[in-house]
Amino acid sequence: MSQRKAVALISGGLDSLLAARVMLEQGIHVEGINFFTGFCVEGHTHAIRKKDKDKPKRNNALWSAEQLGIKLHIIDIVEEYKDVLLNPKHGYGANMNPCLDCKIFMVNKARQWAEENGFDFIITGEVVGQRPMSQRKDTMPVVSRESGADDRLLRPLCAKNLPETLPEKAGWVDRDRLYDFSGRNRKPQMALAAQFGFEDYAKPAGGCCFLTDENYSAKLVDLWDARGNREYEMDDIMLLKVGRHIRPAPHFKLIIGREDGENKFLQGYRNNYISFKTLSHPGPLTLLDGVASDEDLQLAAQITARFSQGKNADTVTIEARRTNGETVTLEVKPMSPGSIQPEWYV
Amino acid sequence: MAHYELDARRMFCPMPVIRTQDKISELAVGDTLEVVSTDPGALNDIPAWSRINGHKILATRDAGDEVFVTIEICAEQ
Repeated sequence: MSQRKAVALISGGLDSLLAARVMLEQGIHVEGINFFTGFCVEGHTHAIRKKDKDKPKRNNALWSAEQLGIKLHIIDIVEEYKDVLLNPKHGYGANMNPCLDCKIFMVNKARQWAEENGFDFIITGEVVGQRPMSQRKDTMPVVSRESGADDRLLRPLCAKNLPETLPEKAGWVDRDRLYDFSGRNRKPQMALAAQFGFEDYAKPAGGCCFLTDENYSAKLVDLWDARGNREYEMDDIMLLKVGRHIRPAPHFKLIIGREDGENKFLQGYRNNYISFKTLSHPGPLTLLDGVASDEDLQLAAQITARFSQGKNADTVTIEARRTNGETVTLEVKPMSPGSIQPEWYV
Repeated sequence: MAHYELDARRMFCPMPVIRTQDKISELAVGDTLEVVSTDPGALNDIPAWSRINGHKILATRDAGDEVFVTIEICAEQ
């Protein structure tokens, strides 16, 4: 019998690492697939912010693949993912996270990839009862069905809690050597990781997707509300991950760098947004997203000054730069802390 | 055998890896590719991707604001 092939959805977390390893233990040829939606927590902020400098700058999906000794195919789905986020058939979770539709979409993409590349089945690290939306006993069959994977979708970590799949029925995989994990308790996975000798695996506190984050979701909704439509580009969703976001008026928002790394990052957008930098004191780089009158520029400069080292000075000199490169120098009194309304913070 | 360059500046993880992966899929065994990125994470990620996909890292260089990785394509895609 020729060696059977499985494509594994590799997120970079522990569960998908273990699921792939369980298949390798059974002699299955495994290759990984990882989808980049634009909302992945991987890397971006680590690369930008100095406070994250101590964290290893690694892509956890690549790290997992290397630990497993398997190939990893990283697929850019930023454009296709917009429809998943904007029109989720199964709705959102606690924030803007369309987890069930997302999982269906990714398994469907993996199924297509498997068919195109001669792979027999798909595996995921899902565990029954682990996630409130996409990993429940009643929603896991929905993922299998609506992705079109049907019984070619195997979840090695909880397979014994689920009906037999094709790889088990056909004898490609020994069901007795699969697992019956369930619920949110992570101890069984940690024990299995120890058994396989995995250390230093990723332990993301809030999952691997910014859409599950309350603050990020609030910024995304604010962006859509301000624009009057729900379109977005890659730069939009990147900028939501960076800086303080302050909206003093419905028609414009300020993105204020919190440290050198963010200032440097925001500087790359100076030809796309009106920008402000402090000349008389060290301070942040600020972008203005929206349209601005001369009065608005003044207000934006005062707010920028508030977050500079000249916040207690009588005046701070600010350079405002239009996207065409024209600059104007403003002498402003930094806004007092009490004047920045709490509801301006997005 | 030819040498290619890939500009992956102003992209963050994993986009430099994805662009590298896509570019290498067009290249032949023996070709070399130099990738330049402004994401310091690329210095780890591109070599990791290359290792697991059977390619050879010829050089890596951290030039402060930019990092450079040179790869020799060793495996058929």
